[in-house]
Amino acid sequence: MTSKTLDGWEIVIGLEVHAELATATKLFSSAQNVFGGEPNTNIDPVSLGLPGSLPVLNQKAVELAIRVGLALNCRVQRSVFARKNYFYPDMPKAYQISQFDLPINEGGWLELPDGQRIGIERAHLEEDTGKSSHVGGGGRIHEADYSLVDYNRAGVPLIEIVGAPDLRSAEEARSYVSELRSILVAIGASDGKMEEGSMRVDCNVSVRPEGSEEFGTRCEVKNINSLRSLGRAIEYEAQRQVDIITSGQEVEQQTRHWDEADGRTHTLRSKEEAFDYRYFSEPDLVPLDPSPEWITEIQESLPELPRQRRINLAEAAGITPQEATLVVERNLDEFAIAAIEKGADPTRVLVHLENNLADGIGELTIESFAGLISLETSGDLSATQAKTVLADLADKGGDPKEIAAHHGFEAMDTSELETLIEGILADHPEDWTAFVEGDPEERKKKSGFFVGQVMKMTKGQADGKIVNDILLHRAEN
Amino acid sequence: MTVQETVLAIQKGEMKAQEVLESHLKTIQDREEEINAFNLVMTEEAIKEAEKIDSLVAEGKNPGPLTGIPVAVKDNICTQGIPTTCSSNILAGWLPPYDATIVERLRDAGAVIVGKTNLDEFAMGASTENSAFGPTRNPLDTTRVPGGSSGGSAAAVAAGFTPLAIGSDTGGSIRQPAALCGVVGVKPTYGRVSRYGLVAFASSLDQIGPFAETVADAALLLEVISGHDPLDTTSIPEPPLDLSSALTQGVEGLRIGVIDELSGGAIEGISDDVLACLEKAVEALTSAGAIVERTSVPSTVYGLSAYYVIAPAEASSNLARYDGVRFGPRVDAKTTSEMMVATRTAGFGDEVKRRIMLGTYALSAGYYDAYYGKSQKVRTLIMNDFAAAYEKFDLLLSPTAPTTAFPLGDKTEDPLQMYLQDICTISSNLAGHPAMSVPFGQGTDGLPVGIQVLAPATDEHTMFRAGAILEASNQGQS
Amino acid sequence: MNERISREDVAHVARLACLSLTDVELDAFTNQLADILEHAADLDALDLETVEPTAHPLPLINVFRDDKPGEAVDREKFLASAPEVENNQFKVPPALGEHS
Repeated sequence: MTSKTLDGWEIVIGLEVHAELATATKLFSSAQNVFGGEPNTNIDPVSLGLPGSLPVLNQKAVELAIRVGLALNCRVQRSVFARKNYFYPDMPKAYQISQFDLPINEGGWLELPDGQRIGIERAHLEEDTGKSSHVGGGGRIHEADYSLVDYNRAGVPLIEIVGAPDLRSAEEARSYVSELRSILVAIGASDGKMEEGSMRVDCNVSVRPEGSEEFGTRCEVKNINSLRSLGRAIEYEAQRQVDIITSGQEVEQQTRHWDEADGRTHTLRSKEEAFDYRYFSEPDLVPLDPSPEWITEIQESLPELPRQRRINLAEAAGITPQEATLVVERNLDEFAIAAIEKGADPTRVLVHLENNLADGIGELTIESFAGLISLETSGDLSATQAKTVLADLADKGGDPKEIAAHHGFEAMDTSELETLIEGILADHPEDWTAFVEGDPEERKKKSGFFVGQVMKMTKGQADGKIVNDILLHRAEN
Repeated sequence: MTVQETVLAIQKGEMKAQEVLESHLKTIQDREEEINAFNLVMTEEAIKEAEKIDSLVAEGKNPGPLTGIPVAVKDNICTQGIPTTCSSNILAGWLPPYDATIVERLRDAGAVIVGKTNLDEFAMGASTENSAFGPTRNPLDTTRVPGGSSGGSAAAVAAGFTPLAIGSDTGGSIRQPAALCGVVGVKPTYGRVSRYGLVAFASSLDQIGPFAETVADAALLLEVISGHDPLDTTSIPEPPLDLSSALTQGVEGLRIGVIDELSGGAIEGISDDVLACLEKAVEALTSAGAIVERTSVPSTVYGLSAYYVIAPAEASSNLARYDGVRFGPRVDAKTTSEMMVATRTAGFGDEVKRRIMLGTYALSAGYYDAYYGKSQKVRTLIMNDFAAAYEKFDLLLSPTAPTTAFPLGDKTEDPLQMYLQDICTISSNLAGHPAMSVPFGQGTDGLPVGIQVLAPATDEHTMFRAGAILEASNQGQS
Repeated sequence: MNERISREDVAHVARLACLSLTDVELDAFTNQLADILEHAADLDALDLETVEPTAHPLPLINVFRDDKPGEAVDREKFLASAPEVENNQFKVPPALGEHS
C-alpha cells in the first residue's frame, strides 16, 4: 500500500495513547499493580466494585501524571474525577472513574525528532478495566461459547494522552508514538511496552482532499499492538476511506477493529447510536488541586528529555538533532558525548554505536572506546578490524591496542595495497574494462567484485573504502 | 437502664453479656414474627460474641464502650460472611467478603451484633414497604408503617429488640422512621461516619447513623462509629466525637430558628397535630433558656425536587454494578448483555427501577443541564440559605415528618405521595448538615411525633444539647 | 399524559439502564416518571444563571493514599460469591460488542 493511490488526498491522524503508570498499587486501592500473575490474585473489594467499596486516590499515580503533563509541556491544573457509565463484564462498577471536563493536564505539545510539534490536547488519569477472554469459536468474539473475566488489571492507573489531529502520515504517527514512549520511559512514568499492553494506541484516521481546510469524517481504529501495526492500519484505513469517497459514498463515523492477521479494519459495533456515557462528577472522590510547590518540585526532578538529549548530542557531534535519534533512543548519548569529549571522531563514534553494538556497550569503557577510534582514524585499523576489536571490548573489556595485536591486525601499507590491486586487475582485464567504462550501477557491481578479491587475498585486513578509492583513482587516470 | 449503665454493670461483672443478650433474644422471639424488623437474626453468632465478651471481662480486660450491648444493623451495611441483601432479590444470599468499617468499630467496642434489619429495597423509600422480603410493621400499631427506609432498625429499638440500632439516611431514612416509631434517630454531618461498607444509594447524600431509645444512648453509639476512615475519601479528617458534655449543658442562651417553610408556611401537607407538637417543643426550649424565633430558609421548598433528581441520578450509577457477573444471583441468557438485562429486570423491585430510570434520564445526553445540572445549583442555593440562617441562629427546628405513622398500603399507589414524606428531612442531606429527631408529644391518633433539630456542619455537639432538653421535657410531659 | 417524558424516552432509558419492561410497565412507568418530573418543574422558575453547582457538600480536596500494597488477598473469598467460575476467572455468557 503506497501513497500513490492517495495522491491528491491528505491523511489526518490523531492518536490516543493509554499508558499504564508504574505504581506499586492500583489507582484507587492498595491491590497490587503487577503484570502477569495468576488470574484474580491482585484484587480487593474496590477492584471488584463490590457493594459498599469506595475509591481512594493513589498519590504516586498523581505524581506520575504530573510528570507526564510537565514532560509534554502541559498546563497542570485543578481537576476532578468523573464517572463514565457503561455496561461490560470487564467493568466491575459498570462505570469507569476517569476525568472529563477538568483533566489534570491540558494544552501541551510533543516535538518529533524532525522538529515538528504535535499538539497534546490533554493527558488525564483514569482506571483500567479487567481483561476478558473469549473461549470457544477460535477466540473470536462472535463465535465464542462463553467469556472469562480476570480483574487483575481492573483499577490499574492509566494516563490517557490525547494528541491533536496534527499527524499527516503513518511514518509521523510511528515517530510520535516512539517519541512519546521514550519520554514516558525516561521520566519513569511507564515502561511503555506495547507488546505487554502497558502502552496502547488508538488511532483516529480521516482523509480530505489535499489543500482542504475541513476535516473529513473520522474513524477510530483499535487493537493496534505494535508500531508496525500502527503504520499498516493507518495506511489501510486511509485507503479504505478514499475508496469510499471516490466511489461517491460517505464515510460513516465508526469504531473499527484492526485485524493484524488479515491486514484490514472491521467494524464491530452494529449501526447504533454512539455510547451515552452520562458523565457526572464522581461523588466518592474530592477535587485534585496540586500545589504550585509540589508541581515545581516535580518539574525540578525531571531528567533531561529525549529532545534535549538529541540537541546535546547534535551539538557535540556536529550533526542535526534528528540524526541523533537512534543513539538517544538506545540511551547511548551520554556515552557518545563523553567519548567525543575525549577526542574520539564523532562520525566513527556514531557509526559504531548505531550499527556495531546491538547488545549494548557491555564492558566497553569510554577510554577504550576513544582509544579504539583513534586507532581507526590514524589508519592503524581498518573499519572491519575495528568492528572486531569493538566486539571484544564490549564482551570482555581490555585495551584496544592489545586486542588488535592479539588478532594480528596491522594496517596495510597503502603502496602494498596498490601493488596487490595491480595484480588483481591484471588477472581480470574484462572486469576492469567493465569497471572503467561502466555506468555507476556497473561500477558498483565490479568494485564489489574487486573488493571481494582483495579481501580474500588480505584475509580481510584491507580497508574496503581505501580499495574503492584506489580503483576510482586508477580509473580516472 | 441506660446503655452506659448496662455497659458498666457488665464490665464490673454485675451482669453477664449473655444474660443481656438472652433477654433481648426472648423479646425478639415474642414479637418478631408480627413485626418483621429483621431480615436475619444472628442468634448463634451473637451468643458466641456475648460469650467472648464475658470471657474478656472475666480476664480483667475492657471490651470497650459498648461492652455486651445488643445492636441491630441495617441490612445495607456489609457484614463479612453474613448475608447482606439490601432487602433486594438481586442480592439475595450475598455474603460480603469484608466488614464495613463501622461494623469493625462496633465489634472493637464490644457490641454484640444481633441481626440485619429490614429496609426499603436499596434504601429507597419511606415506609419499608418496598422491601423484597415483606414490610416491617410499626411496633406501636402493627397496622401502620414504621417509616423508612431504615424501618427495621427503628422498629427494633421501638419494640425493645435491641437498645441500639444502626441505620442509614439519604433523604431522611433514619430521622423519619425514628419519628414514626417514637425513638431517637440521628443523621450526622456528611463525612462524620465512614461509608466504607455501606452499600451506596446516593453517594453525596448517604450517611450512617444511630437509633436509640434515648439521646444519651444515641450519643454513645455515634461516638463509637464516628471518626476519620482512610478507606473513605469523603470522611472528615477528625477523630471520633465526644458528646458527653452536650447531654448536660442545656440550651441557655442558644438562638434557635424555627423553619417557617416547614412549620405552617409555604410547604403544605404538614398536619396540624404535628404542628401542635412543634409549638410545645418551642415552649420547652424557651423555658429552658433558648431564644426561639421563626426564620425563613427559602430554598427548602425546592429541596424535594432537587433531591428527586440528584439521588436517583447517583443511584442509577451506583446500582449499575448489579449485573450478575461477580456476585448475587444470575438469570442465564445467551449473551452477557441479555444476561445483565434479565438479571436486573428480575432482581430489582419497581421503586428501584423507577429511580434508576429517572436517574438515567436526568444524566442522559441532552437532559443533563435541565435536570442534574440545575439540581446541583439548587443544592448551592440551599447551602447558601442555611449558611445565612446560621449567621443568626445556632440551631434550626422543624417537624421531622409531616404526619404520624400512616397505615400500610396508604401511599403505595402513588410514588409522589410517598416522596412527600421527606419534605422536612431532605434539605439536611443536600447541605450535608447534621440533624436529629427526638420524640416529642403525640398526634391525635396517639402515635408519636418527632421534632427535628438541625445544626450547622460538624456541630453535632450543640445539636445534642437541644436534643437532650427536648427529651427531658417530653418525659416530663408524658 | 404530559410531555415531560415520552414513552419512547422511557423505553430508551430502560435500554441504557439494562432493564426490560413489558408494555404495561412501560405505560405505568411513563405516567409515574412524568408526574415526578412535572413536580420537579418548579425548579424552572428559578434564575440559576449565576449560581455555581455543588457536586459535594464537603470542602475537602487532595485526599490521598500512599502507594503501598495492602494485605495479600485470598482470591477464594471473592470467587466464592461469583455465580459462575472457571479457571479462577468469572465466567459469563459470550460478551459481544467489545468495548475497550
